[in-house]
Amino acid sequence: MNTQDKVIAILAEQAILEPSDVSLDNSLDDLGIDSMALVETIFSIEEAFDITVPFNANEPSDSAFDVSTVASIVAAVDKLIAEQV
Amino acid sequence: MTRRVVITGAGTINALGVDVLATNAAMKEGRCGIGPLDIRDVDRLAIQIGGQVRGYDEQAHFNRQQIALYDRFTQFTLLAARQAMAQSGLTFTGELADQSGVILGTSGGGLNTQDENYRAVYEKGKNRVHPFIVPKLMNNAAVSQVSIEWNLRGPSFTVATACASSNHAMGQAFNMVRSGMATVMITGGSESMLCFGGIKAWEGLRVMSKDACRPFSATRNGMVQGEGAGVFVFEEFEHAKARGAEILCEVAGFAMSSDASDIVMPSKQGAARAIAGALKDAKINKEMIGYINAHGTGTAANDKTECAAVADVFGAHADKLMISSTKSMHGHLIGGTGAVELLACIMALRDGVIAPTIGYEEPDPECALDVVPNEARDAQVDVVLSNAFAFGGLNAVIALRKI
Repeated sequence: MNTQDKVIAILAEQAILEPSDVSLDNSLDDLGIDSMALVETIFSIEEAFDITVPFNANEPSDSAFDVSTVASIVAAVDKLIAEQV
Repeated sequence: MTRRVVITGAGTINALGVDVLATNAAMKEGRCGIGPLDIRDVDRLAIQIGGQVRGYDEQAHFNRQQIALYDRFTQFTLLAARQAMAQSGLTFTGELADQSGVILGTSGGGLNTQDENYRAVYEKGKNRVHPFIVPKLMNNAAVSQVSIEWNLRGPSFTVATACASSNHAMGQAFNMVRSGMATVMITGGSESMLCFGGIKAWEGLRVMSKDACRPFSATRNGMVQGEGAGVFVFEEFEHAKARGAEILCEVAGFAMSSDASDIVMPSKQGAARAIAGALKDAKINKEMIGYINAHGTGTAANDKTECAAVADVFGAHADKLMISSTKSMHGHLIGGTGAVELLACIMALRDGVIAPTIGYEEPDPECALDVVPNEARDAQVDVVLSNAFAFGGLNAVIALRKI
């Protein structure tokens, strides 16, 4: 699985949806992922990719990790993986 | 006739000072006790700051046998209790001993002891731990050691309601004295969670700040943990008067509520019910409240919810009262926080000085109250409140009155 497929699988599991129901332009709101589910999602991403995500629940929109859409999360994960190497 | 309850002794150790005088002095200066954590494996933590009690040497206060039994949270409790007991001048024998007890709050109990010993068996592969680990780590260790040291033989137990533990403990102590179940209650709470496992667990929630606790400021980015203890002597008023005790203030009322909604997100209604309940219990008009020591954790969620609850309960008077969060200075002591914060309330009543909310940088329209930004303020207040709103939605608010 590539980054996109893995991220979508994680989001789908949180949202209790099929991966095919998650599209790249969906927001977390669209998927029904609330603040607690988001914190769990970030944790799952960190575990799946062995990366550290700079995310503070007090300022989700200010974090360096852009969670505005599925596509932005995929891009942010790719960036973190690249930075890590 | 309802009995009245007064405070006749206070003690503390926390990041701001090793006693009440030093803590009050720091609060008046607006000094920050938060700094880099000096703990094992701190380099593996994402959060590396805290309100730590620095330069603490347990061997300066306790002997080897005591240290084998006293976790850091118990040590802090005993040090604070010594001060409170000395100030009260009470000794407990006979009937008074039987009618007096200890109720303290803590959330983590002997977490340092757990951390060290899990490390020993899991990381180092040891198959043996010290024989006293259980009596050292248990949440009621501090209560029991206070009971033993001062011969307090009445109702005694530990309250664990996360961030509201101390307020719930003090509320229970207050009601026991008021109802006649006890003559004197030693109460307050302590916490010592600043160890690798303690911080690591909190990191997971993503609500901790990496740089500072800035309650009510638009720039706030989370809470910062602290450690320490606050211990008080709650005494029946006539008993205190008859022996000529110095009375610090009266405990006027207490109320608690449960949000019954979300395990971590606070509820305005739950907080408001506890605040309004404390006013009702104390039989005081809301206009009499001059100062509120806020729960004020510095998280996005707490501070706006708390301000909305205060605005709801107090209406127009919300703009006239002062509300500050001293967590900006000593950090969030979790189960001990309400106890240390009660010191700011007593200071307001006795010294006429309102402790500031430091680290305040920018107004937040959702926290548009007088948060006493950055500098302490001289003000005469007669009745004050102390808020505590715990994870799990458990709220406890205590009211103090000048006497």
